[in-house]
Amino acid sequence: MRRLLPLVLGSLLAAPALAAELKLDIEVPRLTVAEYHRPYVAVWIERPDNSVAANLAVWYEGKKRDAEGTKWLKDMRQWWRRSGRELEVPIDGVTSATRAPGVHSLSFAEGKNPLGKLPAGEYRLQVEAAREAGGRELLSIPFQWPPQKADTLKAQGQHELGALSLELKP
Amino acid sequence: MKHTLKLAALALALQFPTAHAHDVWLEPSSTVLSKAAYITVAGAVGNDKFHYNHAALRGVAENFSATAPDGTSVAPENLMNGKLRTVFDLNLTQTGTYRLAVVNSGVMANWKEGEQTKRFRGNAETFAKEVPIEAPELSVNESASRLETFVTVGKPTPIKPTGLGLELVPITHPNDLFAGEAASFRFDIDGKPAAGIEVKVVRGGSRYRNQLEEITLTTDADGKFVVTWPQAGMYWLDADAKDDKTTVKQAKERRLGYVATFEVLPQ
Repeated sequence: MRRLLPLVLGSLLAAPALAAELKLDIEVPRLTVAEYHRPYVAVWIERPDNSVAANLAVWYEGKKRDAEGTKWLKDMRQWWRRSGRELEVPIDGVTSATRAPGVHSLSFAEGKNPLGKLPAGEYRLQVEAAREAGGRELLSIPFQWPPQKADTLKAQGQHELGALSLELKP
Repeated sequence: MKHTLKLAALALALQFPTAHAHDVWLEPSSTVLSKAAYITVAGAVGNDKFHYNHAALRGVAENFSATAPDGTSVAPENLMNGKLRTVFDLNLTQTGTYRLAVVNSGVMANWKEGEQTKRFRGNAETFAKEVPIEAPELSVNESASRLETFVTVGKPTPIKPTGLGLELVPITHPNDLFAGEAASFRFDIDGKPAAGIEVKVVRGGSRYRNQLEEITLTTDADGKFVVTWPQAGMYWLDADAKDDKTTVKQAKERRLGYVATFEVLPQ
């Protein structure tokens, strides 16, 4: 029985019908500043060794002339060093325009781009924001994958990010 | 007696190029770029790193080179030699790491002609022509120095060692430096690991603090050393060495100098 349980569990997890899901609410705070520009935001999943398991979203100014908007991608410093500098933007299903203040919901399904297949293990959700004429903030939420049960994990930004909520669905 | 002392002091002063009395640096306006762009680079001489309060850096037009990721050179534009700093622009069009360096080498000699002390500064060729090797009290030295910094557009690319003189060989990429993290480097002399080299590291902005906060390190048996950056900022790194590997027969000693600027980013 003891031997059987992990086997049963393993085959259950492998079943495609049970694809896990990851839902994310990111709050872009409304700031009362004289010069406001929407922040650049990068969302990615990192392994404990800081390597990138998946790039989920990058919001930046992609429509400017001569790709001028890419000039500031490096200001999301951690994302830039972990994977940004290796990538060519735009990336289908990952990059999109910057967003207005408010709560933005994103959801990602296992096996589908851009989340793909994550091997079981420990991960961190990383959300980094950088704003022109403003500051920079990085939030991190550690989680286990695949989730054993439905769970909601939270983090709170202080400057460039508001509330961050990560909903895990097994 | 007084006279000989004075002469000895003069000889000593001549042996050490003026750059040793004050430090030199190159300061790039950016070290990490996400797209092709212009940068501006400043060079100067002084004690307070990245504070332009003493003298401009000489010899940029002659001795500066920017090596692009593909190995070609990029010419400085709008070179301006000011009183307190030398400034120029660089157009970085390729993806990868650029190496910006001022490389100097030369032969220095002084000797007596009657009561007069004669001095010479030049290269091995002009030395052979201009210096009377039979002259009394002839003292000859060679020097080779490298002053450099690195700038990356997009993904960092490896830096090829030149194998010449005292040179820093990155183990941690010099455009991937973050506060609180350890970075490893190696010092080579003529392409071979140099053990026991003393390395000084000073963060810029010393004007806004009371202590210099200099970090002193020594290379290990494999020529390696590790710096843990205490905080973000522009850092100045200096090392010196000497040996007897001279190209001119009359030279007793070769003095090797290395200075680099590194930008350390906050986490």
